[in-house]
Amino acid sequence: MIKFDGVTKRYPGGFEALKSVSFEIAQGELAFITGHSGAGKSTLLKLAAAIERPTTGSVIINGQNVGKMRQSGLPYVRRNFGLIFQDHKLLYDRNVFDNVALPLSILGITGREAGKRIRAALDKVGLLPREKAAPITLSGGEQQRLAIARAIVSRPSILLADEPTGNLDENYARDIIELFQSFHQVGVTVIIATHDARGIAQRGDQILSLVHGVLS
Amino acid sequence: MIYHWLRSHWHAFILVLKKLRHAPIANLLMAAVIGATLSLPAGLYLLADNIRQAAGDITIEPQISLFLSLNATDSAVKALDQRLKQNPGIKDFNFISKESAWQEMQRNSTVADTGLEKNPLPDAFVIHPKDTEPQAVDKLQKELSELPHVEHTLLDAEWVKRLYVLLQMSTKAVVILTSLLGFALVAIIGNTIRLQILTQREEIEVSRLIGATDRYIRRPFLHAGLLHGFAGGLMAWLFVYIALYIFNASVQDLALLYSADFRLHMLGGQASLILLGGAAGLGWLGALLAVNRSLAELEAAAKR
Repeated sequence: MIKFDGVTKRYPGGFEALKSVSFEIAQGELAFITGHSGAGKSTLLKLAAAIERPTTGSVIINGQNVGKMRQSGLPYVRRNFGLIFQDHKLLYDRNVFDNVALPLSILGITGREAGKRIRAALDKVGLLPREKAAPITLSGGEQQRLAIARAIVSRPSILLADEPTGNLDENYARDIIELFQSFHQVGVTVIIATHDARGIAQRGDQILSLVHGVLS
Repeated sequence: MIYHWLRSHWHAFILVLKKLRHAPIANLLMAAVIGATLSLPAGLYLLADNIRQAAGDITIEPQISLFLSLNATDSAVKALDQRLKQNPGIKDFNFISKESAWQEMQRNSTVADTGLEKNPLPDAFVIHPKDTEPQAVDKLQKELSELPHVEHTLLDAEWVKRLYVLLQMSTKAVVILTSLLGFALVAIIGNTIRLQILTQREEIEVSRLIGATDRYIRRPFLHAGLLHGFAGGLMAWLFVYIALYIFNASVQDLALLYSADFRLHMLGGQASLILLGGAAGLGWLGALLAVNRSLAELEAAAKR
């Protein structure tokens, strides 16, 4: 499903965020990417979601080599993913419902069909009663769940989450992880970047730990 | 496929309309600015068009009068008649004999008072050229003046030629003014769209990250540009119409003094469509340039 082969990512200025990273995540897997901040987790997620391209090496998503693709083809690759960003990237100029509507609008799904799917996604994360609320009025945990609803509404085959439990208290964090596990159980590939996978990862989950851009 | 395309455009269009509704005053002002800009070339065009039409009503077409020498015989006149018939540059002509011209002159009371007793008038041909272009008419006049027994030729429409040149100049002025102000329009709308893009920067960034194509991002802004341009065109039409209405009151007073029924007419259907379509097209172009530039900037910013 996702295959990294000798991937190096060097940013302008010479900083190497990833150094010759190779791994493979199969369909339906639940994988954790761990490491200290600055270890390259976010970079790895960006490469895995076809947001950035590798400097050297190859990133293969569903059999397509992202590095060799034309720029105009990248959006279509990105549609395989549900992305949950570290800073959520919610849009504060519209309500909860309209935030979740965005990915569907990009896919050209609107109207009643969209409404059904948006409410289903909100229901899944427990935000259905708040559909008219402004995101700014939501608590940190609710905002996180809104971000998850937006990521799953287009029914992606891969979920990518960057520090989804970062600044949540323990109970909230557990709820969120259980949510991801429930997606995993229905066959979605889930990749979570976190600074600490202890107590979250279960047996059989793949754990990729990064130290200064190198897989150990 | 086409259905999908239409539907996505329709949704973008509705979205834009909703957004425009949030700032009605600002958008109205915007349309007024564009309208004022466009009303200049539109007004000038209208003026030239009115003059052209008025001129067309009066002159009908250029006329060349051939006056023969007084001693031209009937047979010479007949020979000339034959040659005129064969000339391909002549649409039609008629012969005015010195007698009929004399009678005509005598019927006219003011001239009859001059006290002339003998007919001083020559035989004459009045000729309508086939090609009414000034150059062609000139050529024909020269050609005819070289015919035997032709003493004098007179192109009675010298002023038509001047008017024609003036109208040509005004057409050029309309073209130049339209290009300049069209450029201004593209800049105005481009700038407005750029500001809109800046306020929606986050949405654009997120949309790109989750798989929006550039075409998807561009679409609502192109619609907005198109709408701005169209509204501006509509305003320009309205401005010209109002100006015309105010003018027409005076024009009619003036025309009455010359006991003529004359009034300025409004832009025709085709010209109106060109105004609206052109304005919408320029708006679209301005939006396209702005959006492409902004997308390139966002891309560069994202790479940093």
